[in-house]
Amino acid sequence: MSDNLPDDLQYTKSHEWVRTLPNGEVEIGITDHAQEALGDLVFVDVPEVGRRVAAGEACAVVESVKAASDIYSPVAGVVTASNAALAGAPELLNQAPYGEGWLLRIAVDGNRPAAALLDAGGYAAYLAEQAS
Amino acid sequence: MSFIPHTTEDVADMLSVIGAARIDDLFDEIPPALVAGSLEGVPPALSEMAVGRLMSERAALDGRPLCFIGAGAYEHHIPAPVWSIATRGEFYSAYTPYQAEASQGTLQVIYEYQSMMCALTGMEVSNASLYDGASALAEACLTAVRAHRTSNSRRILVPRTVNPTYIDVARTIAGNQNVVLEPVDFDRAQGRTLVDALQPYEGSDYAAVVVQQPNYFGVLEEVDALVDWAHANDMLVIAVVNPLSLSVLKPPGEWGASGTAKRGADIVCGEGQALGVPLSSGGPYFGFMTTRMQYVRQMPGRIVGRTVDAEGREGFTLTLQAREQHIRRSKANSNICTNQGLTVTAATIYMSLLGAEGLAQVAETSMARTRELVAALTAVRGVRALFSGEGFHEAVLGFDRPVAPLLAALAQRGIQGGLDLTERFPELGPSLLVCATETKTSEDIARYARAVDELQNPAAFARGAA
Repeated sequence: MSDNLPDDLQYTKSHEWVRTLPNGEVEIGITDHAQEALGDLVFVDVPEVGRRVAAGEACAVVESVKAASDIYSPVAGVVTASNAALAGAPELLNQAPYGEGWLLRIAVDGNRPAAALLDAGGYAAYLAEQAS
Repeated sequence: MSFIPHTTEDVADMLSVIGAARIDDLFDEIPPALVAGSLEGVPPALSEMAVGRLMSERAALDGRPLCFIGAGAYEHHIPAPVWSIATRGEFYSAYTPYQAEASQGTLQVIYEYQSMMCALTGMEVSNASLYDGASALAEACLTAVRAHRTSNSRRILVPRTVNPTYIDVARTIAGNQNVVLEPVDFDRAQGRTLVDALQPYEGSDYAAVVVQQPNYFGVLEEVDALVDWAHANDMLVIAVVNPLSLSVLKPPGEWGASGTAKRGADIVCGEGQALGVPLSSGGPYFGFMTTRMQYVRQMPGRIVGRTVDAEGREGFTLTLQAREQHIRRSKANSNICTNQGLTVTAATIYMSLLGAEGLAQVAETSMARTRELVAALTAVRGVRALFSGEGFHEAVLGFDRPVAPLLAALAQRGIQGGLDLTERFPELGPSLLVCATETKTSEDIARYARAVDELQNPAAFARGAA
């Protein structure tokens, strides 16, 4: 099991990570555990800038050689950026899941913080519980 | 080894182990009212010889009528090699094979088919086929809703000049996934959809516009203007086409004024029957769908790709399967996970035997025959062409009295005169959709016109005879 879980991020039980940016927007990606479980990623479909997403809505798709998975937005808001580099280089998700492999940024409605997110410790405990 | 897996004793043994008296007891949760009783009217078993004789007698009752009905299924000449090759043991299967990669020949045929459909429609990628033209439109509507990047709209504009049966089927399938098909009226004089009819939707949020070319009435739509309007209003374009017509008409991939930023249809679909598949009482036929690479992951159905193996040798494989049900489960693009393998094989052979020139000859001859038919029939008193728009190989005729009795009388004379549109399009008055393909001779057309004249104007003939 991967223990690559940066402390400054928040996590979901569906294996997304959330980074709060200085301007208040949030950046979303998939965890190291998720990319390892999916295997080599071959395609990433990120949403159009300007799209409105609801909390819990499927907002992106990552496809590996063995599966395609929806990415759920942990927050409600409007997409302000999506990672165009992934179209040509989906392997960035495998190589740098917390860095160059980010998926999208969202301006959160009313700047409300995302509810029910886990911290690194909570997510690690969740992974351990799932593995047992 | 016996091909009867369970003897009566085997069955009795198994039932006693699970404690059931009869096999029917295993289905006792089915409410009694829903269980079929004895099948009334089904005679006792007959010998093969008796069945053969009975069926030949019944088939003979159909006669060999001269068929002038089109409306989505067309009688074309099918060269003998098409089905003699398609029914060879190596090809003769209805399905995409399981362990598909072990059947390289079958995959190559599908790959060639996809390449031909892309060439005909002017698109970049084709699937391995769908069930039929109507379900292909339903799938195209769902594809468009998924593929539209900037709109979440599930509404689609569908002109009434699109085959009404296709609309019914698309509504049944896509309607259950909350896709709404909104009708757009046609111009009564021209028999086609005018951009003016789309103006009320200017700036509204719709996922797509459907354009059928040639349309249900056989009339050619002004596809360039319709496509430019749709793209200017941020809607995708779903083209419904007769693939045979594309040997002489502009491919949907090039619809729209040249020089515009976004040109051509986005998704192309339709019925493939005209390409070497017999009418055979309505099926099996095959549907097709092609699109642009940017939408490939939203397209349903199997896709065959060309690749190389570990030693660099060319091979064929099913590709992009993460769209499909066996990988994505309930989130798959569609529940279709097969293709119409046999009819697609026939179509591929038909297209390869005729080539681009042969297909164009069939299309041009059919157009000429239909012109001849319309001229002959409209020379009859009380019959007129309803629409002024230029057509392909079908036309709508208006009559001065109900069409149904005329069709019944023509059938008595061995002529299937066309499809009565009166009920579907009451605003047209008594109206008949007719079609003549290359299979009809000038004599056939003259015979049809003479019969209509005699039936429409019996007094004139009575006088002539006197």
